[in-house]
Amino acid sequence: MADLNVKIGNLHLKNPVLTASGTCGFGSELSDFINLEKLGGIIMKGLTLAPREGNRYPRMAETASGMLNAVGLQNPGIDFFISNIYPELINVNTNFIVNVNGSTIEEYVELTRRVDRLEAISAIELNISCPNVKQGGMAFGVCPETAASVIREVRRACHKTLIVKLSPNVTDIAAMAKVAENEGADAVSLVNTLLGMAIDATTRKPLLSTVTGGLSGPAIKPVALRMVWQASRAVKIPVIGVGGICTATDAIEFMLAGATAVQVGTATFRDPQSTVKIVEGINEYTNVNKFNFVNQIIGALEM
Amino acid sequence: MEYGKISVILRRELEQMKKLIRELEILDNRSVARDQFQLTLRGEEVLPEVMPGQFVNVAVPDSPQTFLRRPFSVLDFAPETNTLSLLIKAVGQGTRHLAACRVGQKLSLLLPLGRKFTLPESADRIFLIGGGSGIAPMLFLAKYCGLPREQVTLFLGARSRADAIALRGYEQYARCYIATEDGSVGERGFVTLHSIYKSEFTKNNRIYACGPAPMLKAIAKDAVTTGIFYELSLENMMACGFGVCLCCVEPTIYGNRTVCSHGPVFNINELTWQI
Repeated sequence: MADLNVKIGNLHLKNPVLTASGTCGFGSELSDFINLEKLGGIIMKGLTLAPREGNRYPRMAETASGMLNAVGLQNPGIDFFISNIYPELINVNTNFIVNVNGSTIEEYVELTRRVDRLEAISAIELNISCPNVKQGGMAFGVCPETAASVIREVRRACHKTLIVKLSPNVTDIAAMAKVAENEGADAVSLVNTLLGMAIDATTRKPLLSTVTGGLSGPAIKPVALRMVWQASRAVKIPVIGVGGICTATDAIEFMLAGATAVQVGTATFRDPQSTVKIVEGINEYTNVNKFNFVNQIIGALEM
Repeated sequence: MEYGKISVILRRELEQMKKLIRELEILDNRSVARDQFQLTLRGEEVLPEVMPGQFVNVAVPDSPQTFLRRPFSVLDFAPETNTLSLLIKAVGQGTRHLAACRVGQKLSLLLPLGRKFTLPESADRIFLIGGGSGIAPMLFLAKYCGLPREQVTLFLGARSRADAIALRGYEQYARCYIATEDGSVGERGFVTLHSIYKSEFTKNNRIYACGPAPMLKAIAKDAVTTGIFYELSLENMMACGFGVCLCCVEPTIYGNRTVCSHGPVFNINELTWQI
């Protein structure tokens, strides 16, 4: 059996498979279907300082080989998380990663400070790429200058491994990855959802209450793969690949393109066991291809 | 290790809260009304107990474009044969693919999902009201609740005769009435205008319903003004079915709550509908 360990900053993952934020709740929602300890880590639902109700229904529209969502960061807030959810995580032997959101730099920093004190949290994923909130979110992540300032301030408050989640809704993903690296991020994860839209021709109305939403699922995989490849050639810090990964083969393609680890998101909605199946599939691939370490396939694309 | 020795019944009780992924084989797929078909599925392994109001989430085979599963209320669950039945209306790509599935084919289901109906007490008189394919969980509840026939009244609302499924098999569990928009079978008009509905509504102490929102809201008006217990099943669009995507939310007195895991059954008092 190959060694599936990978390293992201100071964070050791027992294998390169993580859940993508917003697709696994806080982990326990999946525990009927999978053993959470078999995963490299759980990136939990995005948190904000105050609780958020999210956007109005309808928030979802299925599209060809994927879906649009406009959830809008519905979450119970950091206080509820700390008093009701965090105590349950301590007994589970995997990495729990908090996805941090805010509408101002001050909110991002304050939330980071609160999370930084939680011993059982392994890392912070800074989300500057949510397309479904009116303030903050993607607005920070599509402009290099504002991205730099929020990453810089969060970095000062964060003593854990810091991952910056990037938006694909930019002209030059490599430049954004470099901004994150220059401001001290330990890793970048990409991509968040692509901004999209769906219309009902019969009613002549948009299918989402917010008109636009974030596209995810197999439909976006080629775009995400290309961006991971471009970003990983531009920076030295690890890149975490995310976007339409459903199978071990998908995950391996992202690793060949340069990803050190992967996140599985929308696939969980169809098959809540897909994360664990991908871990097994990666192991099988390394065995069949006689790799002793999964590290050996990172960036091993032959040109 | 002791698990194998536990009786089937006890095992069901242990498992009934737990959500599972199961492969089920199609035993029967038959048309029951215009664009509506009934799938009967048998589990290879012992199926967990499924209660009226709960639903399953079905992966559509050989249809990569429809990536998400399709949620359906359970029409019937028979532990003695390890089978369950679904009443499905073909409305889009996913459901049309399922309609074309053949006997012997296997489907992947997540089950049991969601909150069940509160079962009536033995002295209760109940109204069960289903609109279109929303009749499915009402029929399951009629059969399951164990009340004498004279305490159970069931209504089916449909567009016309061709859209109304046959209720023959349920006459033993409930007095059954139909209302159609064109009057081609039963009384003409919406279920809430049916003569029996109007004359007997207040003689009941529990109302259960599933169907289109305008129907659920019309019933809500009657239930709220008379103060009669009213539980309804919602069918908001879902992606996951088990509470992680937060797409299917309904505003409630507790805030936005997922229909898949906090519902699909809600008491009218939990909702914030303007009635």
